[in-house]
Amino acid sequence: MKIIGLIITIITGAFLVYAAADFPAWADPNSPASTYLSPYFIENSMKDTSVPNFVTSLLADYRGFDTMFETTVIFTAGLVCFILLRISGGKEPETSHYRHVLTGVTVTLKKGHKIPESEDFERIDDLWTPPDLIIKTGCRLMIPFIQLFGLYVIAHGHSSPGGGFQGGVILGASIILLAISHDLRTALEKMREKVVAILCPIGVSIYAGTGALCLLLGVNFLDYSALASVLHVDPIAARSHGIFMVEIGVGIAVMTTMIWIYNNISSAGKYNQGL
Amino acid sequence: MFWQIDLAILTLVVVTAVASLMVKDLLGAAILFGAYSFLMCLLWSIMGAVDVAFTEASVGAGVSSVFFVAAVFRTSRRTKD
Amino acid sequence: MAELIPTIIAKYNYWIYITLMMIGLYAMIAKNNLVKKIVGMNIFQTAIILYYVSIGVKKGATIPISTGGHGAVHEAVHAADYLNPLPHVLMLTAIVVGVATLGVALALCLRIYSRYNTLEEDEILAQIRKK
Repeated sequence: MKIIGLIITIITGAFLVYAAADFPAWADPNSPASTYLSPYFIENSMKDTSVPNFVTSLLADYRGFDTMFETTVIFTAGLVCFILLRISGGKEPETSHYRHVLTGVTVTLKKGHKIPESEDFERIDDLWTPPDLIIKTGCRLMIPFIQLFGLYVIAHGHSSPGGGFQGGVILGASIILLAISHDLRTALEKMREKVVAILCPIGVSIYAGTGALCLLLGVNFLDYSALASVLHVDPIAARSHGIFMVEIGVGIAVMTTMIWIYNNISSAGKYNQGL
Repeated sequence: MFWQIDLAILTLVVVTAVASLMVKDLLGAAILFGAYSFLMCLLWSIMGAVDVAFTEASVGAGVSSVFFVAAVFRTSRRTKD
Repeated sequence: MAELIPTIIAKYNYWIYITLMMIGLYAMIAKNNLVKKIVGMNIFQTAIILYYVSIGVKKGATIPISTGGHGAVHEAVHAADYLNPLPHVLMLTAIVVGVATLGVALALCLRIYSRYNTLEEDEILAQIRKK
């Protein structure tokens, strides 16, 4: 297998090197990729949408249909992780362990028995290790600032690098940090499985709903200038606001998908203490 | 753009890519892959693709390393190749 | 040989992208461990992103954010002053979709491990043949 792989790799590489000789010169302003479509986007982005960041206006306005289905792909990937791991692998173990927080005594119960919910006992697993106080406190202090930065990135995607994808990943990473520094059960108390599963399609629906609203107002799908009559602004500002609405939908969908995939992978679908 | 920095980072990218595939410890492979992603992020910010670099810094070097570590933690850590 | 060296130096980004792509392809074909195959898949994907970002570079251009800010709607914008934003947009979504598909691949790995108790390809194939 190694020799076959090496032969295939060398042949493919030789073809690519041969093709690379015909590529345009490095950093050529007159290369075909930079002459046909992109000058229009660069020159008209400010006039059409009043968004200084060309990448954002291109992502959510000119190529909005493409981005909508990218968001759908991300949602589908989260759903596949859920179906693969949670539905088929999430069985309750035979025995469950509870730890008395003050004394550290562990109680083991057979299947079907449960300790009533109280502050004194916490549910633990076979691989339980005492959490580190410094890491717990440090992460608890950092998480609000990370979330604030995530919201800033989503809101400032118009005039600086950022947007729904990056901000959503940062917001999701803050919850993942909570799950790593404490355990998965603490993170699930803050962000329940049901909330994650409902918010993810809601994010996609906000995107598609913005497009459908434009359709109802009598123009093409995802043509945000129609929102001017609803928002009482001129059509150029309406396109800017439409991009913002879409970015919020993308941010929610990406955030919940990252949390969903992490929850399922780190606990192999059992939703116990995780990493 | 300084081509010397560009060339140095491109060399390091190839080194970390080969190292993450050669190392026998899967956890080490995950961490080396995170380093690879971060070097790629530096490369793109040198080329001026700030949005792509930002995405790669948060996604490639952050979340995907965590996914790899989680998957290695749930399966085996040692490998033969 | 003398005229070959300027060509190599002028397009070194392209050569590195081909090298990385071939490293990823070889890992996907020849590596025995499934997690190593997934690492190879991600290296392959990043090489393609490197290629796309490389063709968006223009000499003497700045990052694709308008320097005028919100108030400068009526100023003329010259396309030669800014990098090509189109490859950036395509690759930005590709990275996020890539991490989502990475999650799916790792979930499949976990399912394979829970059934065959190994991630080595030859051992899995031996167990399948034994049945």
